[in-house]
Parts: sequence; structure tokens; C-alpha cells
Amino acid sequence: MKSLSFAAAAAFALVANASTAETEITFWHAMGGALGETVNKIAEDFNASQDAYKITPVFKGTYEEALTAGIAAFRAGEQPNILQVFDAGAATVIGAKGATIPVQDLLVENGVAFDIEDYISGVRYFYADAEGKMVGMPFNSSSPIMYFNVQALEEAGVSAPKTWEEFQTVTAPALKEAGYTALSQSHLPWIFTENFMSRHDLPFATNDNGYTGGDDTQILVNNDAIKAHFTAVTEWQEEGYFEWFGTGWGDNQTPFEEGKVAIWLGSSGSFGGLSKKDLGFDFSATYLPYWEAVTSEPKQTFIGGAALFAMAGHGAEENAATAAFFEYLTKPETQYFWHQDTGYVPITEAAYELAKADGHYDRFPAAEVGIQQLSLPAGEHTKGYRMGFYVQIRDVMNREYGRILTGETTVEEAFKAIEAEANALLARFSKTQS
Amino acid sequence: MKRAGFTTRWLPMLLLLPQLAIITIFFYWPAAHAVQSSFFLQDPFGFGATFVGFDNYTDLAASSEYLKIARFTLLFTLLVTFFSLALALLLAVKADNVIRGAKTYRTLLMWVYAVAPPVAGFIGLIMFNQSWGPLTEAARAIGWDFKLGVNFTDTAAAMVLVSVWKQVPVNFIFFLSGLQSIPKAVREAALIDNGSATSRFWGVTFPLLAPTGFFLLIVNITYALFDTFGIVDTMVKGEPGNNPMTLVYKVYVDGFRGNDLGGSSAQSVVLMVLVLALTVFQFRLIDRRIHYT
Repeated sequence: MKSLSFAAAAAFALVANASTAETEITFWHAMGGALGETVNKIAEDFNASQDAYKITPVFKGTYEEALTAGIAAFRAGEQPNILQVFDAGAATVIGAKGATIPVQDLLVENGVAFDIEDYISGVRYFYADAEGKMVGMPFNSSSPIMYFNVQALEEAGVSAPKTWEEFQTVTAPALKEAGYTALSQSHLPWIFTENFMSRHDLPFATNDNGYTGGDDTQILVNNDAIKAHFTAVTEWQEEGYFEWFGTGWGDNQTPFEEGKVAIWLGSSGSFGGLSKKDLGFDFSATYLPYWEAVTSEPKQTFIGGAALFAMAGHGAEENAATAAFFEYLTKPETQYFWHQDTGYVPITEAAYELAKADGHYDRFPAAEVGIQQLSLPAGEHTKGYRMGFYVQIRDVMNREYGRILTGETTVEEAFKAIEAEANALLARFSKTQS
Repeated sequence: MKRAGFTTRWLPMLLLLPQLAIITIFFYWPAAHAVQSSFFLQDPFGFGATFVGFDNYTDLAASSEYLKIARFTLLFTLLVTFFSLALALLLAVKADNVIRGAKTYRTLLMWVYAVAPPVAGFIGLIMFNQSWGPLTEAARAIGWDFKLGVNFTDTAAAMVLVSVWKQVPVNFIFFLSGLQSIPKAVREAALIDNGSATSRFWGVTFPLLAPTGFFLLIVNITYALFDTFGIVDTMVKGEPGNNPMTLVYKVYVDGFRGNDLGGSSAQSVVLMVLVLALTVFQFRLIDRRIHYT
């Protein structure tokens, strides 16, 4: 009996001790595999760097699963302090006023210096509200870039195409001649739609791409430039210049890794993974091509990937811990480590400078492409987009693009369908928030 | 004879309570919740909800995409149910005839039962891999350029195949024990009266298997409608694109991926009604025509 109460007292002392010494916060994310290990490493280093706070990262599955888990937890009052939300889910979480504390407010209130100009240009406003206040802290930020098989291009005697015109008249025929499928690409909605609009500075939705909100946002996807693009893509497919291997990200990346496809449009965040693989050929990367017929001044792309949101409903001490973690995360050294290890872009100018000074890009020139492309001149429509139920809108796009590429529908019909269904979803979403 | 029974009214109720509690918590309560939220459009975070009446249902009825998925689900259910029953019956009849090494055959046919649906889906993904899948190569050998995840029909065929493969063992176990419970005397009498093995099967064995078959029919329809979720999810890699999907998967896509709680609830209410209809059908219409021995 005595020993039991002693044990209880000891346990109580331990718990009490832990709670007075450290404020513990949780961080739900969707970074699996090697990325998850890098996240854990950052968390461990943060915990070791000071003794006031302790962060626990928890892997919650895919982006969609992490968001759903976060939402369910919020409704039950059990939300984590930090939730990772991906680009397509941004409207859901930013639209729910009171679900999160804007990261800018959080940092300022906790005495952390914040200047949005410190962040690289393509990163600044994607997760910001209509007034330009940063709501989510960009974390794993990437942009679509063009990877190519150096040997294949040499064999074909061509260089990486700057424009789609060059691709279709010079690069692709030469690559086909050399025995390659010229092009494949992952995530059609992200690269051939969202960033297509940004690269050509075309409006993607009304109300400033959806940022200024209102309940009447309409998608502007049914435009001539993108229809001409998809028409060209189907022609390339017939010519054997382009092949589509399915909706899954890896379906289209694998043939590039196997050396079957010479050029692959993917994420700058794929750089780390690709360099760790034994590909059997050298690869490099450059900017996404553009249509000269549409623009003579191609613009920047914007970020994909995900951001970290500070969930509301926690005490001041825990919020201070969250702010401290964000401060740690945006340090040039942390960002540089993350950038080097994963291939995601560094989100601040200072981290970019550090990577340059350290000679990272002299060693791996392709690692710089993503950030350079994000730093290209901005246009009127290049900061991103903000649309509700966007996960479903992407699903609709994926479905219709698949139908185009398997000959089940025409480009004209597909974009009509996307426009109609997307607008219906946008209208539904605005009703959920009224 | 003495009738066994409870002496008090409260004890049986008490004994029933755990079961009733479970049904209430895990079925009636969520079901009521689903019905309720199907009449609202809700902010995912729960900050507000707008009453929209039957809009979620009329939207479904007006959506050609939803109707297309419903038609696919119907076809999928028919194919999966038919093939898993037919194949299992064939295998069971054959296995029943085997005397030597019967246990080995049975074990070989049954082990797939232990495979979880997502694992079955994953095996399908491997078998139908676009660049080196053995079944893709086999299809190519007969001139079928099989493309899982690209071509709608090919993906549907692969889904049916994997779902059938996964379900055959369960049916097989039931059919086999059904066959073995047919009295030897009946078989011998049939053997004397009737020469043809086929007519013996359809005239004697099959009717005696009907109760088992009927039970399995309902089980298989339910399986094809709901339990194939894991297979569908794995085979479309969580991103259906232009690939086929079933109604229950659509509930997941809209509710969990898309956070459209109202629309997703309406869809699950539709499915609930379907299950209800199936149950009524089971007990009212068919049950009477089957004679359990």
C-alpha cells in the first residue's frame, strides 16, 4: 500500500515537473516516408535548441486525410496546435474565420519580427488573405518545373525547350526520332491549369482569382489559351510526343525515371527524391515552357505544396510555443537544411542567400530552378488562387482531362463541364460559409 | 415439459442492453445525424450551417456524374456478385468430388480469405502494373493493350477481377459446407434415378443449396456495394480521376476528401435506403420461396 502511494506520488511529481518545465504542442502533418523523417529531425532540433517548449509531430496520412483529421479534431475541441494544409485546402481553412490564428498576428503578438517582404516573391501571398496578411506559414513550398534527361536530349541533339512552340516543332520530333516519348507530366490540374494560368498571366477566377472572396466567384478555366493548349496536347499524344500514364503522381514520374520519357513536368520538391535515386542517366531541370502565341513575357509560377496553420483555441503559452517554432522554422539555417534535404524551395530570401553562399547551386544547378522560377517577374494574376471546395474541383479536372486523353470527350466539352461543375461547387461552398 | 424462461422482466432487458447500446451508438445515432446533416450545407469547421431542404438530394438527382457512378455501381455489383458466386460454386462442386488431397485443395482455395481488401487491391496494382505487370503482359499477348488507371473499362475490369478473387473463398467455404451437408442417401438415390451429372446437379443439388445460395447472394451484393471500398481506393490510388468508382467511394471522395458534409450525407442516406430496401427484399420476397431444411 505504501509503495503504491509512493509510486503515485512519484508519477504525479513527474507529470507536474514536465508540465511546469515545458509547454508541449502538437503538429499534424502529411509528410510521409523520408519527408517525415526530415520533419522529425527539425522538431528534434527545435526541442533541443531550447527547453521552454516541446513540439511533437504526428503523421496523419495524405494531405486530404490530414486536413479532414484536423477539421474533425477542431469540431471535437481536440485540435493540434499546428496543422499542415495543402494548397487546394487553403480556401477551406482560411475561409473558416476563427479556426486559425493568422500566422502574421501570431508572430507579431508574440514579439517575433515579421516582414512579408522577407519571403520570396512567389511564396508571399498564396496563403494570405485579401488584404495581404499572411494567414498560413508556407512550409513545404514547391513549384512545377521541367525535368529532362540530359543524355536523351544530347542524343536527339536538342536543348530543353523554352516555349511550347519549340517543343512541338523541334524538341519532340527529335526526341521521338531518338526513340523517346518526349513528354509526360504529373498532376494536370496543378501544372497544366493552375500554373499554366500563372505562367501566361491569365485570370483563373473572378474576384482577383477568388482572393477578394464574395459569394459570386466564377472559375475562368474555359478560355481559348488553355483549350488550345489541351488541343495541342492531344495532338502530341497522337504523334507519340506525349504520353499520359494516369492520374497518380508516380504513374507519370516512373516512366521518366525508367528512361522511357525524356522530359517530365513535376514538382521542384521532387528534386531531393530524384537525386537520391540511381537513375542511370543525368537529369537537370529548367523553367516550364510557355506559349509564345499567348505571351511574350512569361511570368512566375506560384507555390504548391502546403502551409502550416496555427489552430485557434489554445492558451497563450501554447501559442507562444507555436510562434517560437515558426520562428525556428523560418530561420535561414532550418530552411536551408529543409531545402537541401527535400528539394522544396527555401521560403525566405535569407535562406536562399545562404544556400547560394554555401555553393549549393554550384553543386546542383537544378535545385535552384524552382526558386528562380518563383522569383520571375510577377503579373496581375500570378499570386495564386483561392477557391472553395477546390479539392473536388481538382477531381473534376482530373476526371475530364483523363477523358480528353483517352478520347472519351472533346476539349471543348471537357472545359464546358469543368466550368459548369466548378461554378456549381463554388456556389455550394459560398453557401456553407454564409 | 418445463419451459425454460426468465423469472423477471428486467434480466433479459439488462442482458440485451449492451447490444442495444452498441446499435444505438454506432448505427442509429450516426444514421440520424446523417439524415439531419443531409438537409444542410455546413461549413467544414462547424461554424455555420445553412438549411437547404432537399437541395442536396435534387442536386444528386440532377448530377449526370452521380447517375453515371450509380449505373457503374449497379453493373459492378451484378458482375462481382455473379462471378464470385458462379466461380465459388464451380470450385466447391469440384472440390467436393475430390477425395484424395481434399484438405490441400481446400486450404489453397481458402487462403485468399485472409487477405484484406486494400492488400488485394495492391496485389491488383502490381499484377496490372503498366510497365511490367504480369497480367498486363498476358493481356498484351492476346492483343489487349491493358492500361490500368488510364482506360476506364480496363480499370473497371481489373476492379471486378480483384473483387471477385477476394470474395470467391468466402463463398467457396459456404458452398462446400452446403454441399457436404446434403445427405448421402439423397445423392445415392439421385444417382440411381438420373444418369446425367448435369441434370443431377440442377435437379437435386442446386435446389438443396438454395438457402446457402440465397444467403450468399445478399452477402455478396452487400460486399460488392460496400466492402470493395478498400479495393477501389487502392486501385485508383485515392485519386479517382476518370477511373470508375462506386457509390460508397463517392461518399468518401465528397465527404472526406472534399469536405462537402451535406452532399456526402445525402449520398449516404441514399445508400442507407438502398440497404433498407435490400433487407426488406431479403425477408419479404425471397425468403418465403426458399425452403430451409
